[in-house]
Amino acid sequence: MSSPPILPKSTSLSDIGNLSRRQRIASIGKVVFLAATLLAVAALAVLLWYIFQRGWGWLSWGLLTNPPSRKPEKAGLSIAISGTLWIISLTLLVAFPMGVASAIFLEEYAPKNRWTRLLQINISNLAGVPSVVYGLLGLGIFVQWLDLGRVVLAGALTMALLSLPVIIISSQEALKAIPWSLREAAYGVGATRWQVTASHVLPAAVPGILTGVILAVSRAIGETAPLLVAGAAGFVTSKPSGFMDSYTTIPIQLYNWMSRPQTEFRDLAAAGIIVLLVLLISMNLIAIIVRQRFSSRTRW
Amino acid sequence: MTQQLEQPLTQEAAGSSAAGQPLIDIRNLNVHYGNFKAVGDVTFEIATHRITALIGPSGCGKSTVLRSINRMNDLIPTARVEGEILFHGENILSSGVDPVMVRRRIGMVFQKPNPFPKSIYDNVAWGAKVNGIRKGMDELVEWCLRSAALWDEVKDKLDQSGLALSGGQQQRLCIARALANNPDVILMDEPCSALDPISTLRIEDLMRELAKNYTITIVTHNMQQAARVSDQTVFFSLGENRMGVLVESSPTRDIFTNPRDSRTEDYITGRFG
Repeated sequence: MSSPPILPKSTSLSDIGNLSRRQRIASIGKVVFLAATLLAVAALAVLLWYIFQRGWGWLSWGLLTNPPSRKPEKAGLSIAISGTLWIISLTLLVAFPMGVASAIFLEEYAPKNRWTRLLQINISNLAGVPSVVYGLLGLGIFVQWLDLGRVVLAGALTMALLSLPVIIISSQEALKAIPWSLREAAYGVGATRWQVTASHVLPAAVPGILTGVILAVSRAIGETAPLLVAGAAGFVTSKPSGFMDSYTTIPIQLYNWMSRPQTEFRDLAAAGIIVLLVLLISMNLIAIIVRQRFSSRTRW
Repeated sequence: MTQQLEQPLTQEAAGSSAAGQPLIDIRNLNVHYGNFKAVGDVTFEIATHRITALIGPSGCGKSTVLRSINRMNDLIPTARVEGEILFHGENILSSGVDPVMVRRRIGMVFQKPNPFPKSIYDNVAWGAKVNGIRKGMDELVEWCLRSAALWDEVKDKLDQSGLALSGGQQQRLCIARALANNPDVILMDEPCSALDPISTLRIEDLMRELAKNYTITIVTHNMQQAARVSDQTVFFSLGENRMGVLVESSPTRDIFTNPRDSRTEDYITGRFG
Protein backbone atom coordinates (compact mmCIF):
# COMPACT_ATOMS: atom_id res chain seq x y z
CA MET A 1 0.00 0.00 0.00
CA SER A 2 1.36 3.45 -0.93
CA SER A 3 1.53 6.12 1.74
CA PRO A 4 -1.51 8.45 1.88
CA PRO A 5 -1.13 12.08 0.70
CA ILE A 6 -0.74 13.77 4.10
CA LEU A 7 -0.56 17.58 4.19
CA PRO A 8 2.81 18.84 5.48
CA LYS A 9 2.97 20.34 8.98
CA SER A 10 4.28 23.88 9.28
CA THR A 11 5.28 26.19 12.12
CA SER A 12 4.46 29.34 10.15
CA LEU A 13 1.12 30.75 9.08
CA SER A 14 2.39 31.83 5.65
CA ASP A 15 0.91 30.04 2.66
CA ILE A 16 2.66 26.78 1.83
CA GLY A 17 -0.13 25.12 -0.13
CA ASN A 18 -2.72 26.21 -2.66
CA LEU A 19 -4.34 28.94 -0.56
CA SER A 20 -3.37 31.85 -2.80
CA ARG A 21 -4.89 30.07 -5.79
CA ARG A 22 -8.13 29.36 -3.93
CA GLN A 23 -8.36 32.97 -2.79
CA ARG A 24 -7.78 34.17 -6.37
CA ILE A 25 -10.72 32.07 -7.55
CA ALA A 26 -12.84 33.45 -4.73
CA SER A 27 -12.12 37.05 -5.76
CA ILE A 28 -12.86 36.31 -9.42
CA GLY A 29 -16.20 34.92 -8.31
CA LYS A 30 -17.00 38.14 -6.48
CA VAL A 31 -16.28 40.23 -9.60
CA VAL A 32 -18.40 37.98 -11.84
CA PHE A 33 -21.43 38.05 -9.54
CA LEU A 34 -21.19 41.80 -9.02
CA ALA A 35 -20.96 42.32 -12.78
CA ALA A 36 -24.04 40.19 -13.39
CA THR A 37 -26.01 42.21 -10.85
CA LEU A 38 -24.82 45.55 -12.22
CA LEU A 39 -25.63 44.53 -15.79
CA ALA A 40 -29.21 43.67 -14.85
CA VAL A 41 -29.66 46.92 -12.94
CA ALA A 42 -28.02 48.91 -15.77
CA ALA A 43 -30.35 47.44 -18.39
CA LEU A 44 -33.34 48.39 -16.27
CA ALA A 45 -31.94 51.89 -15.72
CA VAL A 46 -31.43 52.43 -19.46
CA LEU A 47 -34.97 51.31 -20.19
CA LEU A 48 -36.42 53.58 -17.52
CA TRP A 49 -34.29 56.51 -18.69
CA TYR A 50 -35.43 56.02 -22.30
CA ILE A 51 -39.09 55.80 -21.34
CA PHE A 52 -39.02 58.76 -19.00
CA GLN A 53 -37.22 60.85 -21.62
CA ARG A 54 -39.84 60.15 -24.25
CA GLY A 55 -42.88 60.03 -22.06
CA TRP A 56 -42.31 62.63 -19.34
CA GLY A 57 -43.49 65.55 -21.45
CA TRP A 58 -46.73 63.73 -22.31
CA LEU A 59 -47.70 62.99 -18.75
CA SER A 60 -50.78 65.00 -17.91
CA TRP A 61 -54.02 64.74 -16.01
CA GLY A 62 -55.76 64.25 -19.32
CA LEU A 63 -53.80 61.08 -19.97
CA LEU A 64 -55.56 59.55 -16.97
CA THR A 65 -59.02 60.98 -17.57
CA ASN A 66 -59.49 61.15 -21.34
CA PRO A 67 -60.97 58.38 -23.45
CA PRO A 68 -59.03 57.19 -26.50
CA SER A 69 -58.97 59.55 -29.46
CA ARG A 70 -57.52 59.85 -32.92
CA LYS A 71 -55.63 62.97 -31.87
CA PRO A 72 -52.66 62.19 -29.61
CA GLU A 73 -53.04 65.40 -27.57
CA LYS A 74 -56.63 64.41 -26.71
CA ALA A 75 -56.08 60.66 -26.25
CA GLY A 76 -56.13 59.19 -22.75
CA LEU A 77 -56.08 55.95 -20.81
CA SER A 78 -59.19 56.34 -18.68
CA ILE A 79 -61.03 53.43 -20.26
CA ALA A 80 -57.98 51.18 -20.34
CA ILE A 81 -57.19 51.94 -16.67
CA SER A 82 -60.73 51.09 -15.69
CA GLY A 83 -60.53 47.88 -17.78
CA THR A 84 -57.24 46.86 -16.15
CA LEU A 85 -58.66 47.45 -12.66
CA TRP A 86 -61.75 45.39 -13.51
CA ILE A 87 -59.71 42.54 -14.94
CA ILE A 88 -57.20 42.49 -12.10
CA SER A 89 -59.78 42.62 -9.30
CA LEU A 90 -61.83 39.86 -10.85
CA THR A 91 -58.73 37.78 -11.57
CA LEU A 92 -57.66 38.14 -7.93
CA LEU A 93 -61.14 37.29 -6.71
CA VAL A 94 -61.04 34.00 -8.62
CA ALA A 95 -57.37 33.00 -8.59
CA PHE A 96 -56.39 33.94 -5.02
CA PRO A 97 -58.87 31.78 -3.08
CA MET A 98 -58.69 28.95 -5.60
CA GLY A 99 -54.90 28.97 -5.72
CA VAL A 100 -54.43 29.08 -1.95
CA ALA A 101 -57.09 26.43 -1.41
CA SER A 102 -55.43 24.13 -3.95
CA ALA A 103 -52.07 24.66 -2.27
CA ILE A 104 -53.56 23.84 1.14
CA PHE A 105 -55.12 20.68 -0.26
CA LEU A 106 -51.90 19.54 -1.91
CA GLU A 107 -49.67 20.29 1.08
CA GLU A 108 -51.85 19.62 4.12
CA TYR A 109 -54.52 17.14 3.02
CA ALA A 110 -53.60 15.15 -0.08
CA PRO A 111 -51.82 11.82 0.37
CA LYS A 112 -48.43 11.64 -1.30
CA ASN A 113 -49.07 9.09 -4.03
CA ARG A 114 -48.71 8.64 -7.79
CA TRP A 115 -51.80 10.75 -8.57
CA THR A 116 -50.82 13.75 -6.51
CA ARG A 117 -47.31 13.56 -7.96
CA LEU A 118 -48.80 13.60 -11.45
CA LEU A 119 -50.97 16.56 -10.47
CA GLN A 120 -47.91 18.34 -9.12
CA ILE A 121 -45.90 17.83 -12.30
CA ASN A 122 -48.82 19.13 -14.35
CA ILE A 123 -49.12 22.28 -12.28
CA SER A 124 -45.39 22.95 -12.65
CA ASN A 125 -45.69 22.52 -16.40
CA LEU A 126 -48.69 24.83 -16.57
CA ALA A 127 -46.63 27.57 -14.94
CA GLY A 128 -44.28 27.39 -17.91
CA VAL A 129 -46.89 27.43 -20.68
CA PRO A 130 -46.60 30.59 -22.89
CA SER A 131 -49.27 33.12 -22.00
CA VAL A 132 -50.67 33.29 -25.54
CA VAL A 133 -51.71 29.66 -25.19
CA TYR A 134 -53.85 30.67 -22.21
CA GLY A 135 -55.32 33.33 -24.45
CA LEU A 136 -56.31 30.71 -27.02
CA LEU A 137 -57.73 28.53 -24.26
CA GLY A 138 -59.75 31.47 -22.94
CA LEU A 139 -60.99 32.25 -26.43
CA GLY A 140 -62.01 28.63 -26.97
CA ILE A 141 -63.62 27.97 -23.59
CA PHE A 142 -64.93 31.22 -22.15
CA VAL A 143 -65.56 33.38 -25.21
CA GLN A 144 -66.86 30.78 -27.64
CA TRP A 145 -67.87 27.53 -25.90
CA LEU A 146 -69.47 29.17 -22.84
CA ASP A 147 -70.50 31.94 -25.21
CA LEU A 148 -69.61 34.74 -22.81
CA GLY A 149 -68.37 36.88 -25.66
CA ARG A 150 -65.46 39.33 -25.58
CA VAL A 151 -66.23 40.62 -22.11
CA VAL A 152 -64.53 41.41 -18.79
CA LEU A 153 -65.54 38.07 -17.24
CA ALA A 154 -63.98 36.02 -20.06
CA GLY A 155 -60.77 38.07 -19.87
CA ALA A 156 -60.56 37.80 -16.10
CA LEU A 157 -61.15 34.03 -16.12
CA THR A 158 -58.40 33.67 -18.72
CA MET A 159 -56.05 35.71 -16.53
CA ALA A 160 -57.07 33.65 -13.50
CA LEU A 161 -56.05 30.46 -15.36
CA LEU A 162 -52.74 32.09 -16.22
CA SER A 163 -52.07 33.15 -12.62
CA LEU A 164 -53.25 29.97 -10.87
CA PRO A 165 -50.18 27.76 -11.34
CA VAL A 166 -47.84 30.48 -10.06
CA ILE A 167 -50.08 31.17 -7.06
CA ILE A 168 -50.44 27.46 -6.26
CA ILE A 169 -46.73 26.72 -6.50
CA SER A 170 -45.60 29.71 -4.47
CA SER A 171 -48.28 29.09 -1.83
CA GLN A 172 -47.15 25.46 -1.62
CA GLU A 173 -43.57 26.60 -1.11
CA ALA A 174 -44.72 28.96 1.63
CA LEU A 175 -46.63 26.15 3.37
CA LYS A 176 -43.69 23.77 3.00
CA ALA A 177 -41.42 26.28 4.73
CA ILE A 178 -43.48 26.10 7.94
CA PRO A 179 -41.60 23.73 10.28
CA TRP A 180 -43.22 20.38 11.02
CA SER A 181 -42.68 21.00 14.74
CA LEU A 182 -45.32 23.75 14.63
CA ARG A 183 -47.90 21.33 13.25
CA GLU A 184 -46.90 18.71 15.84
CA ALA A 185 -47.33 21.23 18.63
CA ALA A 186 -50.84 22.07 17.46
CA TYR A 187 -51.89 18.46 16.85
CA GLY A 188 -50.43 17.63 20.26
CA VAL A 189 -53.04 19.70 22.12
CA GLY A 190 -55.93 18.00 20.36
CA ALA A 191 -56.55 20.21 17.35
CA THR A 192 -58.16 18.98 14.15
CA ARG A 193 -56.37 19.26 10.83
CA TRP A 194 -58.37 22.33 9.90
CA GLN A 195 -57.66 24.02 13.25
CA VAL A 196 -53.95 23.33 12.83
CA THR A 197 -53.99 24.71 9.29
CA ALA A 198 -56.19 27.74 9.90
CA SER A 199 -54.69 28.87 13.21
CA HIS A 200 -51.00 28.13 12.78
CA VAL A 201 -49.82 26.98 9.38
CA LEU A 202 -51.73 29.46 7.23
CA PRO A 203 -51.03 32.62 9.28
CA ALA A 204 -47.34 31.75 9.39
CA ALA A 205 -47.36 31.18 5.62
CA VAL A 206 -49.24 34.37 4.68
CA PRO A 207 -46.13 36.49 3.94
CA GLY A 208 -44.80 33.84 1.57
CA ILE A 209 -48.18 33.32 -0.06
CA LEU A 210 -48.64 37.06 -0.65
CA THR A 211 -45.21 37.28 -2.27
CA GLY A 212 -46.35 34.70 -4.81
CA VAL A 213 -49.63 36.49 -5.38
CA ILE A 214 -47.81 39.79 -5.96
CA LEU A 215 -45.64 38.12 -8.57
CA ALA A 216 -48.55 36.47 -10.32
CA VAL A 217 -50.69 39.61 -10.39
CA SER A 218 -47.82 41.82 -11.50
CA ARG A 219 -47.32 39.47 -14.39
CA ALA A 220 -51.03 39.52 -15.20
CA ILE A 221 -51.20 43.34 -15.20
CA GLY A 222 -48.48 43.56 -17.80
CA GLU A 223 -49.75 40.77 -20.05
CA THR A 224 -50.89 41.75 -23.54
CA ALA A 225 -50.93 38.61 -25.65
CA PRO A 226 -53.57 36.47 -23.88
CA LEU A 227 -56.11 39.29 -23.69
CA LEU A 228 -55.41 40.30 -27.26
CA VAL A 229 -56.37 36.78 -28.25
CA ALA A 230 -59.16 36.27 -25.73
CA GLY A 231 -61.07 39.31 -26.66
CA ALA A 232 -59.95 42.67 -25.32
CA ALA A 233 -61.17 45.27 -27.79
CA GLY A 234 -58.71 47.62 -29.45
CA PHE A 235 -61.02 50.58 -29.36
CA VAL A 236 -63.64 50.95 -26.63
CA THR A 237 -65.36 54.23 -25.95
CA SER A 238 -66.91 53.60 -22.55
CA LYS A 239 -65.67 52.16 -19.28
CA PRO A 240 -66.92 48.67 -18.43
CA SER A 241 -69.67 48.86 -15.84
CA GLY A 242 -70.13 45.12 -15.29
CA PHE A 243 -68.75 41.62 -15.92
CA MET A 244 -70.43 41.39 -19.29
CA ASP A 245 -69.12 44.60 -20.85
CA SER A 246 -66.42 44.84 -23.48
CA TYR A 247 -63.11 46.21 -22.24
CA THR A 248 -59.56 47.08 -23.05
CA THR A 249 -56.52 47.18 -20.76
CA ILE A 250 -53.53 49.49 -20.41
CA PRO A 251 -50.99 47.19 -22.18
CA ILE A 252 -53.39 46.69 -25.07
CA GLN A 253 -54.04 50.41 -25.41
CA LEU A 254 -50.27 51.02 -25.39
CA TYR A 255 -49.74 48.28 -27.97
CA ASN A 256 -52.39 49.94 -30.07
CA TRP A 257 -50.73 53.36 -29.79
CA MET A 258 -47.32 52.00 -30.60
CA SER A 259 -48.51 50.52 -33.86
CA ARG A 260 -49.76 53.94 -35.06
CA PRO A 261 -47.63 55.81 -37.64
CA GLN A 262 -47.45 59.12 -35.70
CA THR A 263 -44.40 59.50 -33.43
CA GLU A 264 -46.58 61.46 -30.97
CA PHE A 265 -48.53 58.29 -30.23
CA ARG A 266 -45.33 56.45 -29.45
CA ASP A 267 -44.32 59.17 -27.01
CA LEU A 268 -47.78 58.94 -25.54
CA ALA A 269 -47.26 55.18 -25.17
CA ALA A 270 -44.05 55.88 -23.22
CA ALA A 271 -46.08 58.09 -20.88
CA GLY A 272 -48.62 55.27 -20.60
CA ILE A 273 -45.86 52.90 -19.59
CA ILE A 274 -45.00 55.25 -16.74
CA VAL A 275 -48.64 55.11 -15.65
CA LEU A 276 -48.57 51.30 -15.80
CA LEU A 277 -45.36 51.24 -13.75
CA VAL A 278 -46.85 53.51 -11.08
CA LEU A 279 -49.95 51.30 -10.92
CA LEU A 280 -47.82 48.20 -10.54
CA ILE A 281 -45.60 49.69 -7.88
CA SER A 282 -48.55 50.96 -5.87
CA MET A 283 -50.26 47.55 -5.99
CA ASN A 284 -47.06 45.88 -4.83
CA LEU A 285 -46.77 48.45 -2.07
CA ILE A 286 -50.25 47.61 -0.81
CA ALA A 287 -49.38 43.92 -0.81
CA ILE A 288 -46.14 44.56 1.06
CA ILE A 289 -48.01 46.54 3.73
CA VAL A 290 -50.54 43.71 4.13
CA ARG A 291 -47.67 41.24 4.35
CA GLN A 292 -45.93 43.27 7.04
CA ARG A 293 -49.15 43.39 9.03
CA PHE A 294 -49.39 39.62 8.99
CA SER A 295 -45.74 39.00 9.80
CA SER A 296 -46.01 41.14 12.90
CA ARG A 297 -49.10 39.23 14.01
CA THR A 298 -47.09 36.00 14.02
CA ARG A 299 -44.62 36.50 16.85
CA TRP A 300 -41.56 34.59 15.79
CA MET B 1 -59.67 31.93 41.83
CA THR B 2 -56.81 29.51 41.48
CA GLN B 3 -58.37 27.54 44.27
CA GLN B 4 -61.70 27.24 42.50
CA LEU B 5 -60.06 25.70 39.49
CA GLU B 6 -57.82 23.31 41.34
CA GLN B 7 -60.81 21.70 42.93
CA PRO B 8 -62.53 20.12 39.90
CA LEU B 9 -59.23 19.32 38.22
CA THR B 10 -57.83 17.25 41.04
CA GLN B 11 -61.20 15.70 41.66
CA GLU B 12 -61.40 14.40 38.15
CA ALA B 13 -57.85 13.11 38.34
CA ALA B 14 -58.70 11.26 41.53
CA GLY B 15 -61.84 9.98 39.87
CA SER B 16 -59.78 8.00 37.36
CA SER B 17 -57.69 5.04 38.51
CA ALA B 18 -55.96 5.15 41.86
CA ALA B 19 -52.26 6.03 42.00
CA GLY B 20 -50.01 3.10 41.14
CA GLN B 21 -52.76 1.19 39.33
CA PRO B 22 -52.21 0.54 35.61
CA LEU B 23 -53.66 3.33 33.44
CA ILE B 24 -52.26 2.42 30.04
CA ASP B 25 -51.79 -1.17 29.00
CA ILE B 26 -49.68 -1.66 25.88
CA ARG B 27 -50.05 -5.14 24.39
CA ASN B 28 -48.10 -6.61 21.47
CA LEU B 29 -47.35 -3.25 19.89
CA ASN B 30 -45.79 -3.46 16.41
CA VAL B 31 -44.87 -0.38 14.38
CA HIS B 32 -43.82 -0.43 10.73
CA TYR B 33 -42.50 2.47 8.65
CA GLY B 34 -43.15 1.25 5.12
CA ASN B 35 -41.34 -2.08 4.92
CA PHE B 36 -39.18 -1.41 7.96
CA LYS B 37 -40.35 -2.91 11.22
CA ALA B 38 -39.32 -0.29 13.78
CA VAL B 39 -40.76 -1.87 16.93
CA GLY B 40 -41.65 -5.50 17.53
CA ASP B 41 -44.03 -7.02 20.04
CA VAL B 42 -43.77 -4.50 22.84
CA THR B 43 -45.85 -5.13 25.97
CA PHE B 44 -45.76 -3.08 29.17
CA GLU B 45 -47.96 -1.07 31.52
CA ILE B 46 -47.94 2.58 32.56
CA ALA B 47 -49.10 3.22 36.11
CA THR B 48 -51.35 6.08 37.23
CA HIS B 49 -49.56 9.11 38.73
CA ARG B 50 -46.17 7.53 38.27
CA ILE B 51 -43.28 8.55 36.05
CA THR B 52 -42.36 5.88 33.55
CA ALA B 53 -39.03 6.31 31.77
CA LEU B 54 -38.33 4.70 28.40
CA ILE B 55 -34.59 4.26 27.93
CA GLY B 56 -32.31 2.54 25.45
CA PRO B 57 -29.76 3.17 22.71
CA SER B 58 -30.47 5.39 19.67
CA GLY B 59 -32.86 3.94 17.12
CA CYS B 60 -34.35 1.36 19.46
CA GLY B 61 -37.87 2.68 18.95
CA LYS B 62 -38.60 4.30 22.29
CA SER B 63 -39.84 7.53 20.68
CA THR B 64 -41.87 5.47 18.23
CA VAL B 65 -43.58 3.69 21.12
CA LEU B 66 -44.22 7.00 22.89
CA ARG B 67 -45.73 8.54 19.75
CA SER B 68 -48.00 5.55 19.30
CA ILE B 69 -49.62 6.28 22.66
CA ASN B 70 -51.19 9.57 21.48
CA ARG B 71 -51.53 8.47 17.83
CA MET B 72 -48.87 10.97 16.70
CA ASN B 73 -47.63 8.30 14.29
CA ASP B 74 -50.90 8.73 12.37
CA LEU B 75 -49.36 11.89 10.93
CA ILE B 76 -46.59 9.91 9.24
CA PRO B 77 -48.09 8.53 6.01
CA THR B 78 -45.94 5.39 5.90
CA ALA B 79 -46.39 4.43 9.56
CA ARG B 80 -48.52 1.42 10.50
CA VAL B 81 -49.27 0.71 14.15
CA GLU B 82 -50.61 -2.68 15.25
CA GLY B 83 -51.48 -4.18 18.60
CA GLU B 84 -53.44 -2.76 21.49
CA ILE B 85 -52.98 0.25 23.72
CA LEU B 86 -55.68 0.14 26.36
CA PHE B 87 -56.51 3.42 28.12
CA HIS B 88 -59.24 3.16 30.77
CA GLY B 89 -59.95 -0.18 29.10
CA GLU B 90 -60.49 1.34 25.63
CA ASN B 91 -58.17 0.61 22.71
CA ILE B 92 -56.53 3.87 21.62
CA LEU B 93 -55.50 2.29 18.31
CA SER B 94 -58.99 1.19 17.35
CA SER B 95 -60.19 2.75 14.11
CA GLY B 96 -63.34 4.03 15.82
CA VAL B 97 -61.29 6.26 18.14
CA ASP B 98 -60.64 9.81 16.92
CA PRO B 99 -56.94 10.61 17.38
CA VAL B 100 -57.90 14.22 18.16
CA MET B 101 -59.69 13.04 21.31
CA VAL B 102 -56.72 10.82 22.23
CA ARG B 103 -54.37 13.80 22.04
CA ARG B 104 -56.67 15.94 24.13
CA ARG B 105 -56.53 13.29 26.90
CA ILE B 106 -52.87 12.43 26.43
CA GLY B 107 -50.76 15.56 26.07
CA MET B 108 -47.26 15.78 24.67
CA VAL B 109 -44.05 17.72 25.20
CA PHE B 110 -41.52 17.49 22.39
CA GLN B 111 -37.76 17.16 22.20
CA LYS B 112 -37.12 20.65 20.91
CA PRO B 113 -39.19 23.31 22.65
CA ASN B 114 -41.82 24.30 20.07
CA PRO B 115 -43.99 27.11 21.40
CA PHE B 116 -46.44 28.60 18.92
CA PRO B 117 -45.21 31.84 17.36
CA LYS B 118 -47.84 33.61 19.44
CA SER B 119 -47.99 35.36 22.80
CA ILE B 120 -47.25 33.44 25.99
CA TYR B 121 -50.93 33.78 26.91
CA ASP B 122 -52.16 32.40 23.58
CA ASN B 123 -49.67 29.53 23.73
CA VAL B 124 -51.45 28.22 26.82
CA ALA B 125 -54.97 29.30 25.90
CA TRP B 126 -55.12 27.94 22.35
CA GLY B 127 -55.38 24.25 23.23
CA ALA B 128 -58.23 24.91 25.65
CA LYS B 129 -59.90 27.20 23.11
CA VAL B 130 -59.95 24.60 20.34
CA ASN B 131 -61.47 22.17 22.80
CA GLY B 132 -64.34 24.53 23.45
CA ILE B 133 -63.41 26.42 26.63
CA ARG B 134 -64.53 30.07 26.45
CA LYS B 135 -64.94 31.44 29.97
CA GLY B 136 -62.36 31.83 32.72
CA MET B 137 -59.45 31.71 30.31
CA ASP B 138 -57.35 34.18 32.35
CA GLU B 139 -57.64 31.96 35.40
CA LEU B 140 -56.85 28.84 33.40
CA VAL B 141 -53.73 30.41 31.86
CA GLU B 142 -52.52 31.51 35.29
CA TRP B 143 -53.21 28.09 36.78
CA CYS B 144 -51.32 26.30 33.98
CA LEU B 145 -48.35 28.65 34.16
CA ARG B 146 -48.21 28.28 37.95
CA SER B 147 -48.41 24.50 37.66
CA ALA B 148 -45.55 24.61 35.17
CA ALA B 149 -43.48 26.77 37.57
CA LEU B 150 -43.31 29.58 35.03
CA TRP B 151 -45.85 32.12 36.31
CA ASP B 152 -43.47 34.28 38.34
CA GLU B 153 -41.11 34.67 35.40
CA VAL B 154 -43.72 35.61 32.80
CA LYS B 155 -46.69 37.16 34.66
CA ASP B 156 -45.68 40.69 33.56
CA LYS B 157 -45.17 39.82 29.90
CA LEU B 158 -48.00 37.50 28.94
CA ASP B 159 -48.48 39.28 25.62
CA GLN B 160 -44.87 38.77 24.54
CA SER B 161 -43.93 36.05 22.08
CA GLY B 162 -43.38 32.61 23.57
CA LEU B 163 -40.28 32.37 21.40
CA ALA B 164 -38.64 35.27 23.23
CA LEU B 165 -38.19 33.06 26.32
CA SER B 166 -35.06 31.03 27.10
CA GLY B 167 -34.94 27.37 26.06
CA GLY B 168 -35.80 26.08 29.54
CA GLN B 169 -38.64 28.58 29.91
CA GLN B 170 -39.96 27.63 26.45
CA GLN B 171 -40.06 23.99 27.49
CA ARG B 172 -41.95 24.84 30.68
CA LEU B 173 -44.32 26.91 28.52
CA CYS B 174 -44.87 23.79 26.40
CA ILE B 175 -45.66 21.87 29.60
CA ALA B 176 -48.12 24.60 30.63
CA ARG B 177 -49.68 24.33 27.16
CA ALA B 178 -50.10 20.57 27.63
CA LEU B 179 -51.74 21.14 31.06
CA ALA B 180 -54.37 23.47 29.61
CA ASN B 181 -56.40 20.48 28.41
CA ASN B 182 -56.21 18.84 31.84
CA PRO B 183 -54.90 15.61 30.32
CA ASP B 184 -54.64 12.31 32.19
CA VAL B 185 -51.24 11.58 30.75
CA ILE B 186 -48.32 13.74 29.64
CA LEU B 187 -45.85 12.20 27.20
CA MET B 188 -42.39 13.76 27.10
CA ASP B 189 -40.03 12.97 24.26
CA GLU B 190 -36.52 13.75 25.52
CA PRO B 191 -37.76 17.05 26.93
CA CYS B 192 -34.36 18.11 28.29
CA SER B 193 -32.03 17.11 25.47
CA ALA B 194 -31.86 20.68 24.15
CA LEU B 195 -31.47 22.25 27.61
CA ASP B 196 -28.58 23.18 29.91
CA PRO B 197 -28.12 21.29 33.24
CA ILE B 198 -29.81 23.95 35.39
CA SER B 199 -32.90 24.09 33.16
CA THR B 200 -32.90 20.29 33.08
CA LEU B 201 -33.02 20.12 36.88
CA ARG B 202 -35.92 22.57 36.97
CA ILE B 203 -37.88 20.44 34.50
CA GLU B 204 -37.10 17.30 36.52
CA ASP B 205 -38.33 18.95 39.73
CA LEU B 206 -41.43 20.01 37.85
CA MET B 207 -42.03 16.43 36.64
CA ARG B 208 -41.93 15.13 40.22
CA GLU B 209 -44.40 17.83 41.22
CA LEU B 210 -46.73 17.09 38.28
CA ALA B 211 -46.68 13.35 38.94
CA LYS B 212 -48.93 14.02 41.95
CA ASN B 213 -51.79 14.79 39.57
CA TYR B 214 -50.71 13.40 36.20
CA THR B 215 -49.32 10.23 34.76
CA ILE B 216 -46.03 10.98 33.03
CA THR B 217 -44.12 8.95 30.48
CA ILE B 218 -40.73 10.21 29.42
CA VAL B 219 -38.26 9.11 26.78
CA THR B 220 -34.71 9.92 27.79
CA HIS B 221 -31.20 9.29 26.57
CA ASN B 222 -29.92 10.25 29.94
CA MET B 223 -29.80 7.29 32.34
CA GLN B 224 -29.08 9.53 35.32
CA GLN B 225 -32.27 11.38 34.49
CA ALA B 226 -34.24 8.14 34.40
CA ALA B 227 -32.70 7.15 37.72
CA ARG B 228 -33.40 10.57 39.27
CA VAL B 229 -37.02 11.10 38.25
CA SER B 230 -38.73 7.88 37.28
CA ASP B 231 -40.60 5.25 39.28
CA GLN B 232 -40.65 2.63 36.56
CA THR B 233 -38.05 2.13 33.83
CA VAL B 234 -38.63 0.36 30.54
CA PHE B 235 -35.46 -0.66 28.73
CA PHE B 236 -35.48 -1.09 24.96
CA SER B 237 -32.74 -2.51 22.79
CA LEU B 238 -32.08 -3.36 19.17
CA GLY B 239 -33.08 -6.81 18.02
CA GLU B 240 -32.77 -8.50 14.64
CA ASN B 241 -32.88 -6.28 11.54
CA ARG B 242 -32.46 -3.16 13.69
CA MET B 243 -35.92 -3.70 15.13
CA GLY B 244 -36.59 -2.19 18.54
CA VAL B 245 -37.54 -4.69 21.25
CA LEU B 246 -38.47 -4.35 24.89
CA VAL B 247 -35.90 -5.98 27.16
CA GLU B 248 -37.38 -5.37 30.57
CA SER B 249 -39.77 -3.17 32.47
CA SER B 250 -38.99 -2.93 36.18
CA PRO B 251 -39.20 -0.49 39.07
CA THR B 252 -36.40 2.04 38.52
CA ARG B 253 -34.72 1.10 41.81
CA ASP B 254 -34.40 -2.52 40.68
CA ILE B 255 -33.30 -1.83 37.13
CA PHE B 256 -30.35 0.26 38.27
CA THR B 257 -29.29 -1.99 41.16
CA ASN B 258 -30.43 -5.41 40.15
CA PRO B 259 -31.32 -5.71 36.46
CA ARG B 260 -32.89 -8.98 35.41
CA ASP B 261 -31.43 -9.01 31.91
CA SER B 262 -27.73 -8.97 31.09
CA ARG B 263 -28.36 -6.52 28.19
CA THR B 264 -29.87 -4.04 30.65
CA GLU B 265 -26.86 -4.41 32.91
CA ASP B 266 -24.46 -3.86 29.98
CA TYR B 267 -26.33 -0.68 29.02
CA ILE B 268 -26.68 0.93 32.41
CA THR B 269 -23.10 0.18 33.37
CA GLY B 270 -22.02 1.93 30.18
CA ARG B 271 -20.61 -1.06 28.32
CA PHE B 272 -22.60 -0.09 25.22
CA GLY B 273 -25.10 2.45 23.96
